[in-house]
Amino acid sequence: MTFAAALVVLALLLGVAISLFLGAWPAFREFGLGFFISDAWSPPREKFGAAAAIYGTLLTAVIAMLIGVPVGLGIAVFLTELCPPALRRPIGVAIELLAGIPSIIYGIWGVYYFRPFMQDYLQPALIHSLGNIPLIGVLFEGPPLGYGLLTAGLVLAVMILPFVTAISRDVFETVPPVLKEAAYGVGATTFEVVGNIVLPYTRVGVIGGIMLALGRALGETMAVTFVIGNAPHINASILAQGTTISAMIANSFADADPGLFTASLLALGFILFIITFIVLAAARLMLARLETKGAR
Amino acid sequence: MANALYAGRRARNGLWAAFCYAATAFGLAWLALILGALLWKGVGGLSIDVFTKMTAPPGVRGGLLNSIVGSLIQTAIGLALAAPIGVLAGTYLAEYGRHTRLATVIRFINDILLSAPSIVIGLFVYQFCVVPFGHFSGLAGGVALAVIATPIIVRTTEDMLGLVPNTLREAASALGMPRSLVIRNVAYRAVMSGLVTGVLLAIARMTGETAPLIFTALGNSLFNADVTQPMSSLPLIIYEFARSPYAEQQKLAWTGALIVTAAVLTLSILARLLAAPKRGR
Repeated sequence: MTFAAALVVLALLLGVAISLFLGAWPAFREFGLGFFISDAWSPPREKFGAAAAIYGTLLTAVIAMLIGVPVGLGIAVFLTELCPPALRRPIGVAIELLAGIPSIIYGIWGVYYFRPFMQDYLQPALIHSLGNIPLIGVLFEGPPLGYGLLTAGLVLAVMILPFVTAISRDVFETVPPVLKEAAYGVGATTFEVVGNIVLPYTRVGVIGGIMLALGRALGETMAVTFVIGNAPHINASILAQGTTISAMIANSFADADPGLFTASLLALGFILFIITFIVLAAARLMLARLETKGAR
Repeated sequence: MANALYAGRRARNGLWAAFCYAATAFGLAWLALILGALLWKGVGGLSIDVFTKMTAPPGVRGGLLNSIVGSLIQTAIGLALAAPIGVLAGTYLAEYGRHTRLATVIRFINDILLSAPSIVIGLFVYQFCVVPFGHFSGLAGGVALAVIATPIIVRTTEDMLGLVPNTLREAASALGMPRSLVIRNVAYRAVMSGLVTGVLLAIARMTGETAPLIFTALGNSLFNADVTQPMSSLPLIIYEFARSPYAEQQKLAWTGALIVTAAVLTLSILARLLAAPKRGR
């Protein structure tokens, strides 16, 4: 009986892959490879392409990683090396609570508080400073709407930060104290210890944790749907409104008529599943390697 | 010369430490900002009406009763499906199949499901439970939540059973107990609080899940306890009302958000308290 239950887990993943592929097949058959490179998204004309959604998914994830990873690692270092022991547990729990807040809450908070802040302060500031520099200025063009790829990326950064922190902290704690003590003993500063002992020792685990966070960022739906603007276009500016695979599905699935529209949304879902599967599989393999190392 | 080197190293150390302090302050500030906004916007809307009246069209004073009931029903369905499957599968991984190849594969698959995007899970359940029956239903919503909860319970069950000392199992086996009784009467009993922790975490996760419900349960503005029909739930009504232009509905969205967050955080803190004494030993 326990064996059967274990097989259910296996069947679930196969079921996800197969059912999405079958549902998506009409769209793949109709558009072929063009589905991946076309950014046309027009339900009335029955023209669908995934490029804009894939672009938005990757771009928001990159923004989230650029901010979430260093900050998450910083918190992990703080918790393992700098924090007074008495505060370690409360601060750790507080960061974990950040991970426990449902994504819909990030969404409603993002649209009522963070979006106006972006519109009134951060975006005008970016447009007036970085927007005038040649070459990179094109990234910061356009009216400050509040909604957009950058807003979504920043909300995602906050959402993945606790994952980066939790996993890095756990792998940092696997470093044998003897190694750290030896480094401190020859006079290394805290950050020479972190940079030369802790990070090299835990590299695989930290990268695994980062990949896991990336998987979250790629698949996150509700928070992004609220603040990204849901415009299926590719735009050079990161202030522009855009969409992601998950936001596109959440936003239009209920109104989609059966046929090519629904099939195209399922195709988007299938693409998202494949991307996150690869990222998560890589993350798990890396973390698994660390576990066997830690079990010595 | 040596002094300059020393000062440089100290300066760099100070700079990095400042970054780490700032990062921590940044993380904690977000938690405070989000919880603060929830209390600020949500508490004002709390009244007896929220728990006794249905969601209403704009202009009519309504509550969240149908959504709260819908959330409870769907979470119950999810739990009824996920808890037995999750605990049994976790038992297989930790007890019967501990070192087999199949268990390694299943463990890996389970970890992937654990962090798979919930919207993809929703699409799967749509294909599996909505398309064949031709309409959205609360049951499909419950199944979607079960798919999300199962890997959590599998994982915690396996981890917890892994903590049971083998000597306990050996002692029980030496008394002549069959394997199944050893597991039920010795292993489960030893880690009961751990198993409950896993279930609580799963409930917390299900309570806040929105994306997979959009195209399985759909939502319903009327009171409905019939699981074969479309059903409302708190996250869905937050999603709908937060984008509404009417102040009254927006206020209810925030109140709903406060209720959901309070439930989720209470459950996860409860789970942590239950698990804590185990770690201390």
